[in-house]
Amino acid sequence: MQTSNKGKKILFIEDESALQTTFGDMLTKQGYEMIKAMDGKTGLELAKKEQPNLILLDLILPKMDGFGVLKGLKEDQETKQIPVIILTNLENTGDVQRALELGAMTYLTKANYSLAEILQKIEKVLL
Amino acid sequence: MILKKIWEQLNVKEQCKKYGLSIWQCPQFLFLVMGVIIIIIIIVSYLIAARRIYDPMTAGLIIIISTTILMIIDYIIVHSFERLAESTRMKMEFIGIVSHQLRSPVTNLKYTVESLMSGGGGETQKEQLDYLTILKKNVDRVQELIDDILVVSRIQTGVLNLKKKDFSMIDLVEETVAEVKPISLASNITISLKKGNNIPSVFSDPFWIKQAFKNLLDNAIRYQIGKGTIDILLEKRGKSLYLEVKDSGVGIPKADQKYIFQKFFRAKNVLKKQTSGTGLGLFIVKGVIEKLDGKINFTSKENKGSTFWFSLPLK
Repeated sequence: MQTSNKGKKILFIEDESALQTTFGDMLTKQGYEMIKAMDGKTGLELAKKEQPNLILLDLILPKMDGFGVLKGLKEDQETKQIPVIILTNLENTGDVQRALELGAMTYLTKANYSLAEILQKIEKVLL
Repeated sequence: MILKKIWEQLNVKEQCKKYGLSIWQCPQFLFLVMGVIIIIIIIVSYLIAARRIYDPMTAGLIIIISTTILMIIDYIIVHSFERLAESTRMKMEFIGIVSHQLRSPVTNLKYTVESLMSGGGGETQKEQLDYLTILKKNVDRVQELIDDILVVSRIQTGVLNLKKKDFSMIDLVEETVAEVKPISLASNITISLKKGNNIPSVFSDPFWIKQAFKNLLDNAIRYQIGKGTIDILLEKRGKSLYLEVKDSGVGIPKADQKYIFQKFFRAKNVLKKQTSGTGLGLFIVKGVIEKLDGKINFTSKENKGSTFWFSLPLK
């Protein structure tokens, strides 16, 4: 476990339980505290309540999609400063542009990045 | 609302774009052309009939009736074309949706295997790691296939996202060559790049041009036996920018050459040597280059090598 990451909270908003497990385990091992949400609405509520250091956000989500979550986060004074990394299977140029315009810090397509590369991106944001 | 619908029907260019067909293959446009031809026939026939027959009204009526029948037949033919194009479009759209749906479970599989390989499920023995490596390679292959099918579906349904801008082709070529260099060196293949003078910037889509060029380079590396060379040439030719990839590889048998840009086609001599490759790469390269108003072609000789080139229009 990396002690330098201790106390840093990551909120992972993703409806695929398999991804919640693999990412959750990997990031917990790195010393991060993981908070999980399986839908957009819960994710937004948890972001306000838990004030994480970083949010990993999928775009296709039940109850509220990722764009709705992103908009909600950036409109709220309490959550607008939290960096958001989009982690999705959508790779449409329009979707990328929309997410970045709404305030996402980075846009990663799941198919193009390995677990290790995603971890590197997360570490860079949380430095 | 009705006016909007009429306008949509009349906007032939937009309708043809929907099918991803060229204007001369598009049913709506062909119907318009036929209509114009028929009108011309009516006028010409009437004028001729007026001179030859004593009663031009009857002659005109006969011509109008026969032309109307002709138009109905034409309409039926064109309508069937339209249905054909629509069903192809729907099939490709369906394939696109299915491929997209397949992406999630394959991504989950990929991350789980990667997690296991890096010790996520506890320490792994060498033998277990070997099996996981096989699993990882095959997951990567499935992912590559899904990605390629998605691009093919986008090309064929005419929804490929293009983002054109001014960019330096020299930078793009050098960057791509640098990216494939480690693989080429490991395969004992030397890459040389020759640049012409005064190469201007080009207005196109750098993402897709890079994908197309990389695909040609990957093929040039993949289909070589032992030591080999790849010569790249970038130069301005008239009003186009010309990029050529020449390899010393296995080449394409003459009988296979006419099928090389078709979907899922892989040349016979390649099938004997290579099992990987989706057979969609060159179809995608051609589709992308043509969508960007460019031209693509090749020359090849079996056991001597192939030269693939594409050119892009300059402003």
